[in-house]
Amino acid sequence: MTFDALAGVLLIPAVAAALLAALPDYRVTARLNVAAAALTFLCALSLFVRRPQSGAYLIVDDLNATFIVLTTFVGLSTSVFSLSYIGHELQIGRLTPPFVRFYHAMYQVLMFAMNLALIANNIGLMWVAIELATLTTVLMVGIYRTHEALEAAWKYFILGSVGIALALFGTILVYMAARPVVGEGLDAMVWTVLVRRAGAFDPALLNLAFVFLLLGYGTKVGLAPLHAWLPDAHAEGPTPISAVLSGLLLNVALYALLRFKMLLAANAGALAPGPLMVTLGLISLVFAAFMLYRRRDIKRLFAYSSIEHMGIITFAFGMGGPLANFAGLLHMTMHSLTKSAIFFAVGHVAQVKGTQRIADMGGLTETHPVLGWGLILGVVAIAGLPPLGIFMSEFLVVSSTFARAPLLAIVLVFGLLVGLAGLFLRLNSIAFGEPRGAVGKAQASYVPMFAHLSLVVAAGVYMPPALVAWFQNVAGLLG
Amino acid sequence: MSRIDFDVAHMLAGLLVLISFMQLYQDRLYALLNVYALHALTLAASVAWQAMVQDAPHLYVTAAIALVFKAIIIPVALHRIIVRLGIHREIEKVVGVGSAMLAGMGLVALSMVVMLRVTYAADPLAREDLAFALSVVLLGLLMMVTRRNAVGQVVGFMSLENGLVLAATGARGMPLVVEISVAFSILIAFIVIGIFLFRIRERFDTVDVAALDQFRGERQ
Repeated sequence: MTFDALAGVLLIPAVAAALLAALPDYRVTARLNVAAAALTFLCALSLFVRRPQSGAYLIVDDLNATFIVLTTFVGLSTSVFSLSYIGHELQIGRLTPPFVRFYHAMYQVLMFAMNLALIANNIGLMWVAIELATLTTVLMVGIYRTHEALEAAWKYFILGSVGIALALFGTILVYMAARPVVGEGLDAMVWTVLVRRAGAFDPALLNLAFVFLLLGYGTKVGLAPLHAWLPDAHAEGPTPISAVLSGLLLNVALYALLRFKMLLAANAGALAPGPLMVTLGLISLVFAAFMLYRRRDIKRLFAYSSIEHMGIITFAFGMGGPLANFAGLLHMTMHSLTKSAIFFAVGHVAQVKGTQRIADMGGLTETHPVLGWGLILGVVAIAGLPPLGIFMSEFLVVSSTFARAPLLAIVLVFGLLVGLAGLFLRLNSIAFGEPRGAVGKAQASYVPMFAHLSLVVAAGVYMPPALVAWFQNVAGLLG
Repeated sequence: MSRIDFDVAHMLAGLLVLISFMQLYQDRLYALLNVYALHALTLAASVAWQAMVQDAPHLYVTAAIALVFKAIIIPVALHRIIVRLGIHREIEKVVGVGSAMLAGMGLVALSMVVMLRVTYAADPLAREDLAFALSVVLLGLLMMVTRRNAVGQVVGFMSLENGLVLAATGARGMPLVVEISVAFSILIAFIVIGIFLFRIRERFDTVDVAALDQFRGERQ
């Protein structure tokens, strides 16, 4: 096999993980982590220039190229953020050098697993990759070894494993459906073969398979009522991991669902997966929007906001059609960028204040203007105010829904407004008013946060036609 | 496929469901582990039988993994953990034996109704295997929710995975990739859990998960 970009996005993180596990000095390893993430990102970008051949195990098409570039980009900026974040954690003794070594190795294993899940053409391989990603994040969530972190990791592990197990059952059912048509062996698990011949599959088996897959991977997406692990895992793990979880891992699970949705769409007799996804999406949105009100922990607040947005994205993909798919893709991209930027800000805020309690932090714009205003910009973006990127995508979701199902659109708008009010209520007490909590200087790197936010602002103001055309093309693929 | 091939496969899969029921009402950890070992042993026999019937030698590997790893190594290791932690006395259950058994029967009935109706087109061995496998999976889930003890939950999860292996081997010609990866992921999962058990012990002197529930998600 010659070395191509596909091998690159897998091999670089794998080699880096081995190296990072072996090297003791955290200054070297943290920088190596950034370098590996940067190389992986470059490799992913090259997919646009020269596309490697797809095989029985790996695939690259316009759909997953979009996901891979987004994943590796956020992976890169998060590694830059984690450089200063981890430095601070070492300084205050919350983490010891062996744990930092472990953390960096796991970070690259996670990147490897997510990339593998995205480029896997074999539905079994995709499952293995998502399982690996789950296990690495479980270990990282529990890394602080406090009471709360252990509970969060245990909960995440148990719920995640059950979800993963259900997804495997669904995968086996897909194989059972494919076997009479495609024949025994490897081909009956290759996604490209499956989707080409899905028309002849037994619809009843496919339906059942999709229910298991939706419950299984839906747990990993964090859809209500399967979301119970998500707020804990976000709140108790290191903040860079919260950023990667929200910005990337939820997307990867959603991507797996989308692949299977395309499979069902290719079979005329199978049930339409849309209404199921629409329902779960709306439940997640409205539920999470109300949950925003009584949050006392800042990371937990934004974790619920992630559930809300995954609900919107799932809703959009469930509606289907070129416009709603376009809106869903755009929203997913914008949410990944904005939410990870918010977590970068929140990570530094929590370090400066020495707590995650919202009640203990106030007047941030006075004490730490750059962080405070960065956070405000992020929250304004995530709440969906114009002219930022998320406003665009939410507007598209809402308007396309109004045209097709006005009743659903009313629920959608209701959820969005409730969520917006909830976020601003909390933001007000964090950013303005009497300064509360510690006022020490922040040793922060603002580059990743503002890089993400400026992309979001730019996308809201002006979307290059090439990008629009690209997203339209991918939306067309999704059917 | 000859009659006897079918009958033996059927019997072994049915036995697996029965042993899942036995796990439900065990109230001592040692007994639970022994029943789990029996569960894994039956799985190994079932997979080996499938390997012979389907003339698929690679399935013997899966059978060997089930035999050596799940039926011997894991129960022994968990046994040692229990000894070291000194938690061999009673398991605290969330619901009583009677209601757990009733719920289990309901779940088995459900999986039969769903599976047999949906898979009428598939070959009879595969469809009944699948119905049994789903029963084992659901019973494993039930066990996880009826146990408070971390070890009990882990055993529930492992018997759930056994159901998945039964399903995967029942599906004729399913690529080996998946079976090995399932076994492998169990290994990883086990290590993870092992670490967790020790950490939990280290911190709170108990593996009763209820002790973790003091933290209700919000800091006051």
